[in-house]
Formats: sequence, structure tokens, C-alpha cells
Amino acid sequence: MAKIPIQVTVNGQTHQAEVEPRTLLVHFLREDLGLTGTKIGCDTSQCGACVVMMNGSTVKSCTCLAVQADGAEVTTIEGVADQGNLHPIQEAFWDNHGLQCGYCTAGMIMTSVELLQRNPNPTAEQVRAGLEGNLCRCTGYQNIVKSVLAAAERMGG
Amino acid sequence: MFAPEFEYHRANTVAEAIDLLSSNPGAKVMAGGHSLIPLLKLRLARPGVVVDIGGVAEMKGITIADGNIRIGALTTHWEIESSSQVAEANSLLAEAAGGIGDTQVRNRGTIGGNLSHADPASDWGTVLTALNATLEIRGPGGATRTASPTDFIVGPLTTTLGETEILTAVNVPVLAANQRAEYAKMAHPASGYAVVGAAVVVNVDGHTCTGASLAVGGAVPAPVRLTSVENALTGKELTFENIEAATAQADNDLGGEILGDFFASAEYRRAMAAVETKHALFHATEVAHH
Amino acid sequence: MTTRIFGSGIRRREDPRLITGQATYTDDVNLPGMVYAAILRSPHAHARIRSINTDAAKSAPGVLAVYTGADTEGVLNAIPCAWVVPDSDVKAVPYPAIATDTVRYTGDAVAAVVAESRYQAEDALELINVDYEILPANVHAESAMNEGTPQLHEDAPNNQAFHWVAAGGDTDSAFASAEVVVTDTIIQQRLIPNAMEPRSAVASYLSSMGELTIWNTTQNPHIARFVTSLVTGVPEHKIRVIAPEVGGGFGAKIPVYPWEMITAFCSMKLGRPVKWTETRSENYQSSIHGRDHVQTVEIAGTREGKITGIRSVVHAGMGAYLSTAGPGIPTILHGLMYSGPYDIPNIKADVYGVFTNTTPVDAYRGAGRPEATFLVERMVDLLANELNLDPVEIRRRNLIPKFEDGFDISLGLTYDSGDYQGALDKVLEHVNYEDLRRQQAQSRGQVTGNGHHDHGHDHGHDHGHDHGHGHDDQPSATKELIGIGVTTYCEICGIGPSQVAGAVGFGGGLWESAIIRFYATGKVNVFVGTSPHGQGEETTFAQIVSDELGVPVDDVEVIHGDTDNTPMGWGTYGSRTTVISGAAVALSSRKIKDKAIGLAAHLLEAAEEDIEYEDGKFFVRGSPDRSQSIQDIALMANVAWNMPAGMEPGLEASSFYDTPNFTFPFGAHVAVVTVDVDNGHIVLQRYAAVDDCGNQINPMIVEGQVHGGVVQGAGQALWEGAVYDEDGQLLTGSMLDYALPKAHLLPDIETLSTVTPSPHNPLGVKGIGETGTIASTITIYNAVIDALKPFGITRLEMPLTPEKVWQAIQQSGKP
Repeated sequence: MAKIPIQVTVNGQTHQAEVEPRTLLVHFLREDLGLTGTKIGCDTSQCGACVVMMNGSTVKSCTCLAVQADGAEVTTIEGVADQGNLHPIQEAFWDNHGLQCGYCTAGMIMTSVELLQRNPNPTAEQVRAGLEGNLCRCTGYQNIVKSVLAAAERMGG
Repeated sequence: MFAPEFEYHRANTVAEAIDLLSSNPGAKVMAGGHSLIPLLKLRLARPGVVVDIGGVAEMKGITIADGNIRIGALTTHWEIESSSQVAEANSLLAEAAGGIGDTQVRNRGTIGGNLSHADPASDWGTVLTALNATLEIRGPGGATRTASPTDFIVGPLTTTLGETEILTAVNVPVLAANQRAEYAKMAHPASGYAVVGAAVVVNVDGHTCTGASLAVGGAVPAPVRLTSVENALTGKELTFENIEAATAQADNDLGGEILGDFFASAEYRRAMAAVETKHALFHATEVAHH
Repeated sequence: MTTRIFGSGIRRREDPRLITGQATYTDDVNLPGMVYAAILRSPHAHARIRSINTDAAKSAPGVLAVYTGADTEGVLNAIPCAWVVPDSDVKAVPYPAIATDTVRYTGDAVAAVVAESRYQAEDALELINVDYEILPANVHAESAMNEGTPQLHEDAPNNQAFHWVAAGGDTDSAFASAEVVVTDTIIQQRLIPNAMEPRSAVASYLSSMGELTIWNTTQNPHIARFVTSLVTGVPEHKIRVIAPEVGGGFGAKIPVYPWEMITAFCSMKLGRPVKWTETRSENYQSSIHGRDHVQTVEIAGTREGKITGIRSVVHAGMGAYLSTAGPGIPTILHGLMYSGPYDIPNIKADVYGVFTNTTPVDAYRGAGRPEATFLVERMVDLLANELNLDPVEIRRRNLIPKFEDGFDISLGLTYDSGDYQGALDKVLEHVNYEDLRRQQAQSRGQVTGNGHHDHGHDHGHDHGHDHGHGHDDQPSATKELIGIGVTTYCEICGIGPSQVAGAVGFGGGLWESAIIRFYATGKVNVFVGTSPHGQGEETTFAQIVSDELGVPVDDVEVIHGDTDNTPMGWGTYGSRTTVISGAAVALSSRKIKDKAIGLAAHLLEAAEEDIEYEDGKFFVRGSPDRSQSIQDIALMANVAWNMPAGMEPGLEASSFYDTPNFTFPFGAHVAVVTVDVDNGHIVLQRYAAVDDCGNQINPMIVEGQVHGGVVQGAGQALWEGAVYDEDGQLLTGSMLDYALPKAHLLPDIETLSTVTPSPHNPLGVKGIGETGTIASTITIYNAVIDALKPFGITRLEMPLTPEKVWQAIQQSGKP
């Protein structure tokens, strides 16, 4: 099957590649670009481990074809910290024990980045609602919610 | 999961998309991909060709004029949810959009893709039925037609959309000052889809119902209007007792086939159609026990 | 030091790599020349394989090889069961890596494809043609032993996998003479563990050296190496198992599965590194499940509410084969816990393990203890109901009084320490129990009277967005009942000593070892044989060392997970890591200190008896200026320029710790739920947990364990359950149908604790990893049943879906 040329800017770096149309964005990121911080936890768009930012809004990269990202700007967990300085949300997850095994964390942080962009000063309930598409089996979500609220405060929401 | 191979074409205009569909029988249209990609990954859909209409600019955006809200089929749930104009013109649209799936689904999923997929558990079919929406459909040679949601969605994953047709826009009336609207949904705890969803639009004059447009989805293969309940409610004072009595008739309108599974049987969904309608009406009309 | 590091909620040292996407999980491992394996799984629950045609798959693009059971038979040995419980007639039936003639559950391996890419491997699976003769399936634990039920294994007549009995006292007499007896049938539904990271393995075989390296998402790399050597025939010292970052386990990553053995086989055959990673739907079919008990239970008591006996007959589904620890879960870890925190003189557990055409069942968070705690706490509530006693009151009448060093229960165990009343008092005071009961009475009056109350919780969104506490005073149109569940529990974890492990048939030891190594720069590595995967021991173990030896916690790095650079250990499960492995770390720290004192005395020209230690400094008594820091000592020991006679160079210690007894954490939990009478929808409004895990090394981590544990137990009560149809098809085959707890459906968990140190381990700690799960399922369940009391409802099956509640209300015949 003919491969399709795409150009994707990931974490500020532009990549040109040829991909099979069926290649999922998450496989392109993990396998072709070696950006393994983005995880795969399910196959039905439920778990959110694969959430990345694409053109300014979050997507589940397991429910997006690489060809759909042609021309897009993508940010993955590897691109969240600014030149080695942790993003306030990353700091907050660390400070508040917002992770245990870490597998859901990349997706949680990406979702939280957007959540606070859209609502800089959310209530706990709004945070919980905003995390509906991200599953965590370790934390019971409590410290994740706490982390997002702490980040909001730190970011001056 | 890993999709089977397919050929990929990108359309830039509706006409181009329809040409691609015409020349590739069996091709599947992909908007945001949130309906199609899961099917591809499960290998439940095996189209030879996928036509990506995600970049068709003419199918995007929301315009509100002359009492009508026109929503391009490629408009995402999030765009509807977050539009202050939509919220002002028709609060039910914004509210329903905000309850679909999760943030990422709303960011990528489109109203047109959702309707065309016709999942019986989706929210749009039910909400747009109650809102008396009109769907715009384009076919080969620039042919256009319109359809109501109930004419369009005819069963689970089944619409009247032709193989070479594309749903291009949804038109929804602006809510009048005397209209109250609400959507109540019992969501499946895993998928978030509606086990039963009830959308209500009620015309009020003081405490009296002067007309109602009620729809139920999730429990049925395709959204249905609750005409018995509408009739029972119209002309009545909107009291707890009248609403309870009217919604008890929902059963008459559900048709012969009620969906059921191990999570929620047909018997239960049948009963919940009335309960959720009742709850939606209570909220819409702010009725509590007096 | 002003604040002691032990007991301090410092942030975790493992987090920086995890929050930046730099951690390496198994599927992130990529090796030069690596190829991909995919496994063809049986679509039938029970079938005979007539023939397999792999020709088309073999010639598909990118395919290197296709293997079937004919290829692995005689090369890979059967997957062993490692917990053959004695005196129970365990049928360790053959468990081949790839089925040869019969498949016994949907998910059984039939063939494996290796290809250059994952997509090609998946494509080729579809080209394998298997001719099956479909056989009738047996999917219910309850009826598996009935006559006429389809048989799974020739060697296991009536599908009986084992029969195990535990008894203390004289239950027959106790029941014969009982004033009150209450019975119930409890179904512990089957659960899917759902670690967020699916299972994965990368195998690389170096034929010239005969060395096999496997990256494996396991909770116990050393056990994995042991079993891998048994299955592959590669000698144990030539196998290296690396558990890199592991994305949760919850028991499902204890077993050694056929899948990583197949991956190893493929690498050995092809001479190339091979990666296999399951999809989530594959995980649901073929990684172990948990629970699956049908329990017929009786409780006997006096009219005053004193429990005199408890007995059960349990049918525990084992699935199609005996998984690694399978038989130990419903026996040792379940039947021995029927006394709970109560003094119950007569107990009998009669447990049948049965084979069904389903995914094998093994340890899932709590592993046996949730099933036991549920059983005990349900029966106690039923007895209270029968006697018209408040659930709190009946517990008070039966709790073992406070004890600090040993209490013998009728089943022969000796509990280590406990203050059950104290925990109960604390949680009741915290939630203001009387006030909750008042609110409940009000809600009952309003629903059974004419009041209609609107909580507004499904306002345009799905149910559960609202988790406000209790009721508001707004007029309302929905009818909601409040329910309160109160549980006191005691559980068993940190299992040992190894002599006991042997006596109960566990196929290994249960000790742990730890090496502490100081470098010349004063920096420290701690090497442990356990393998934490989210529990934070890289931090808590560093805290132990820092506390014992006064080195900054940031100077301590904990190494685990790689069998090549860690000492032998038995792994992370059963809430044992901090208790057993932590003790080994403490003992090694103390050995270091002893040596440091000797070296300090030498360097300070003082007698050893005159050396005092405080906060990382060794000084001569009365002369604090004459001192050596631990870093000074580390340097001097490493360069060894001036060692006392007979003292070896280096500052390193190794310890092996075998605990003298289990630890028994305990606590008291309260759940408050509302039930919507119209639609049966339950909202968990509040959850308060008082847990006692003895001394806490890091309270922030302790709380995190409780949060997660409680929510996992809530999942069993309210949402989760694996469902098979009569043909053995898994209906909950993906996350679209299997409902995991989600953020918006939960309240904050209110965590509190009491501290009753365990008397028998060096740190006075008890396990905390599973307490939440052990207690919360029944606490929430009891709350729901309590809410439904006006309808006379005393039992429901889990998960408590809206329909089940609604149906029960409809059938109650009450308004």
C-alpha cells in the first residue's frame, strides 16, 4: 500500500516521513520518532495514556492517524518541560504524589495542561470532570486532582 | 491494535470528497476519525479506501442568523460546547456537546461524523430530534437534500445517507424565550455512552406547558419522539404529578424494539426512558415538589 | 536534624523520570534487529484443534516464522503452578505455552507469528487457518463440579482443581447449639486487574553464550528467572530478567505467563531480539483475572450479638489452568482470615478450586483477603440486622481488645498487634456517625413519605458528576436514600517466615535481601531483590537508610528490578515489600553502622564502647569535636589506607531477612452512599478510612496507597465485573464494557490512621498496599444494602449496577 509523505513538527522539531495510511499517530511517535514517553494503555480510546497536544488541543494519539497529523504541531510529554525546567504541572504532580506507577502520567499531564489553559481556576469537580478520559489504576485520582489544583494556584489561575 | 491496510485520500472540498466516493465504491468517509478509527483498529471495518474530509473548510464553523443555528458538519463537539453564541442561542446544544465522551473525544469528534455513524447510544441524535433540527446532505453533481434526524438515523449504525453522499451541516432553531430545554442521560460507566438519554424542549406560558418536543435515545435502535408524552403534557400545568403522569406514557412511543445487554436490560431501559424524561422535564421546568 | 526523615512525607525520588516521559517501560525497549511477535488466540472457550494451516501466514510480507504447539511441544516445558497447597489434592494439570490439541479458554494461545513489524505480525495472524471442533464450555464456578458439566482436564475429575479445609474450634457443635444462625450466598465476581501498562516482554538470546535476557513487566524478576529456567531449559545463571519501569501490577504481573516464554522461544529459534506486547483486549482475555468465588456462608451467634461461629463452602474458579499462585489465593490467603478482627471461637472454611473454560485466576490486589473480609463483614451485618443491632454495636461486642504483642485466633494464627476499637472510635468520630444516622432517618422519612427531593445530579451530564457531601436542603424532585456502611477489618500480609511458606506449599522462600554499598564519595546504592512498581520504595528505602545512617536522602539510590545487579529476592506483592525488604535494608544499615563505629574508633583513637552516633556523626563520648562523619568513614573504608587490624576494606553490608511472623494491618472504614430510588443509581458520597499499618515511613505514600486501594475496591462494589456468556465468550472484552473507576465518579477519600507498631520486625511496620481494597468493597456494599433497608433488601450481586438496585426495589413490593 502506498505510503504517504507527512511533515509533523513535534516538540518544536520538524520531521518529514513516509507512513502507511494505517499508522496511528502514537505508533509514529513511539516507533518512528522514538518518543516513548507517550503510552498505549487500551485500544478503544478510553484510557488516555496516549494523550498528546496537537495544534493546541489534546488528542488521543491512538485514535488519530499519523496522516491526520500532516502539517500539525504536536507536543508530547517530552516537550512539556521548558529547557529542562519542569512545567508547573509536572512540579505539582511531583509535589503532591500525583503518580504511582507513572504509566498514565504523561496523558494525565497533557490533559491537565489543556484543562488549565481552558479553565485556569477550576474547582475540584471541574478537574474530575476534565479527567474523565484519563484512567489511572493507582492513585484513585485524588492526588492527581490535588496536583492539578495546586498547579492552577502556582500558575496564577 | 492495528488497522488493516487501506488507501488514503484527502479531500479539500465537498465536491472532491463526493468524487472520491463515487470513484471508489465502498470507501469510508473520515472526519475527526473518532467513529472510524476504532472500527479500523478492531478490524470491524475494512474499507479499501478512506476519504479524509477533515480539511474541508466549507464544512466547518457555526453561523447564527434569522433564528437558525447552522453548524458545519465538521464542527467539533468542543467548538459547540465552548461557543458562547451557541450557549446563548440554544443552551441545550452546548450542554449536550459538553456531555459527549471526554475532552479528547470532544476535541476531535465532529457533529457530522457522530450523526453519520449513527450509534444508537450517541447523544446528538436524541438531542437534535427534540430540537427539530434539519440536516443538510450533499450528493453527486451538487445535489442537496435535507432530512430530519429521525429520517436520517434509521437504526444502529444505519442512516439513509447514500454511499456517495455527505452530511454537510446541521440546522437548529434558536430557542425561543418561552422554551425550556434539557438533556438527561444515564451514561454507561465504561464507555460514557447513553444507556438512556432523554432530551426535552418545552414551551411554557407561566406554569403551563403549551407544547413539547421530547425525544429518547440509547434505549432504542434510533432516536424516537415521545408524542404520547408530548400530548399528555401539552395544556397541562407543569407540576410534579402532571409530569410524572405524562412521562409514564413514554412506553407507548418507544416502538417494538428496545435495546438490552448485560449492563442494562430492555426492561430496565424501557422503564428508564420514562424516568430520564421525567428527570429532564423536572430540570427544564425547575419543578420540584411544591 | 530537626525533622526525622523516617516518617516524613517527602516527595518521591523516582518521579522526575516519570513526569518527563523519560522512564523506560518494557515496550519502550528497542534493540538492534528486533522483530515482533503476535499471538493467535483461540476464539472458542473449549475446542479440539483438528488442524492448523500456517502456509499463507508464513509467506505473508515481513513474516519470519510461524510457530504452533507442535513446535513448542517438548521444547518449552509446561508452565508450572508454584503454589501447590498441601493436603488438598491439587491437580497441577498440564499448562502448555501453546495449545497442542485442545484449547480451554478464549485467549489460549494457538500459534505465534514473528514479523519485521507489529502491523505485519497482526496481518499474518489473520492468515492462519485453524480447524476447530467446538466443545461445550463450562463457565460457572458454582456448577463446574456438577455431573454432566463439560470436563476440562482428564486428570481433574469433576473439574475439581483442589479441595482444602481449614478449621478451628468445633463448628458443628457451635452451629448445633447456636441461638441464631444467618446464612447467605455471596458472589465474589470475577475481576480484571487492569494495570495501566499491558503485559510486554522483550527477549534476546545470545546463542554463542547460551544467555537469555528478558525484559519483562513483572512484579518479581527473580521468580520470573527461576520459572523461565524451568520452562525454557536455559540454566538459571544464564538468564537475566529485567523488570524495567513497570506500569502497575496489582497481582497480574506476579505469574509467569506462557506469553513471555513464547517470546523467549521465538528469540532462541530466530537468533534475533523479539518483542511481544499485548493489546488491552488481549490483556482482558489472557492476563489473569481475580476473585471468582461463590460462597455459601453461615454465621452463628448469641441473641446478645456475640459471634460463636462462622463457616463456609466456597467454590473458587481457577480458570482453565492453575496460574502461578492460583491455588494459594482462595485457601491460605482467604480461609485463614475468617476471624477478621473478631474473637470467633469456631471457624471452618471448606474451599473447592474448580476449573472452568475461562481465563486463569490468580492474585488480584488483596488476593483472598478481600473475599474473606467481605464474607465476614457481610455476615456480621446480616447478624446485626437479624438481631436488630446497630452495625457498630455488634462489632464492638466482638472486636478483640487492644493487644500489643500477639493474640492467638482459633484458626491457629497469631495476630501481631492491634487496636481495633481505637480505629473504630476514630473513624466514627471523624464522620460523626450519629449525625449520619440522623440524616439517614430524614432521607427515609422523605422518600417513604411524600417528599420528593432533587439533588440535581444528572443535570445534562451523566450521573455522578455530583459528589457533594450529604444532602442539601433544596426542594428536590428525585428520591434518594442515604446508606451508611461501617467495617472493621484486619488482614494478613508480609507473609513469612519461609518455613511457613514451605509448609503451605508456596514454591519458594519469602525472605528478602538487601545490599547497601557506600562509595568513597559518601554516596550510597541500595540493592534489593523486591521490585516496586509504583509503591515508592526507591524513596522509602532511601528514607530508611538516611534515617539509620544520617546520609542525605538524595545521596541514596535504590536499585531494583534487574536480576544481574540485585540480590535474590521474591518480589513485590502481598504488601510485603516494605515489611520484609525494608527490614533487610534496615538490618544492612545497622551492619554498616556497626562497622563504621569500629572504623571511627580506630580513626579517633578511642575504644569502640566510647563511640557515640548521632545524625550521621560518630564521635567520642563527651568530645563531640572528635568526630567522623559517615562520609568520612565511607571514604576511609573505601580507600582502606588505615584500617584496624582484621577489618575488611569497603563499607558494604548484605542482609537476609526472614520475618518471624506475618503482619496484620487493620482499620475501620465508613462509606456513605446515596441511592436514587427512581433509577437505582448509586453515588458514593463519602468515604473515610482509618488504617493502621504500624510505623509509617512516608505518610504521603501511605495515603496514596489507601486512596488507590479504596478506589479499586469501590470498583468491585459498583462498576467492575468480567462477564462471560454461556459459550465462554468474554462480553466485557474491552474498556468500552468493563467499567473502571473514573475521576468524576468518586469523592475524595478521607484518610486517617492510628499507629500500632508491629512488635516483630525491625521497623515496626505493617503492609499498606492492599488494605484499602480489602475493606472498601464490603464497606460500600454494606452502605448500599443499608440504604435499601426500607425495602427489606438484604442482598444484591456485584457490581451494584443501577439496574440490579432498581430491579430489587421493584421486586420488594414496597413503595
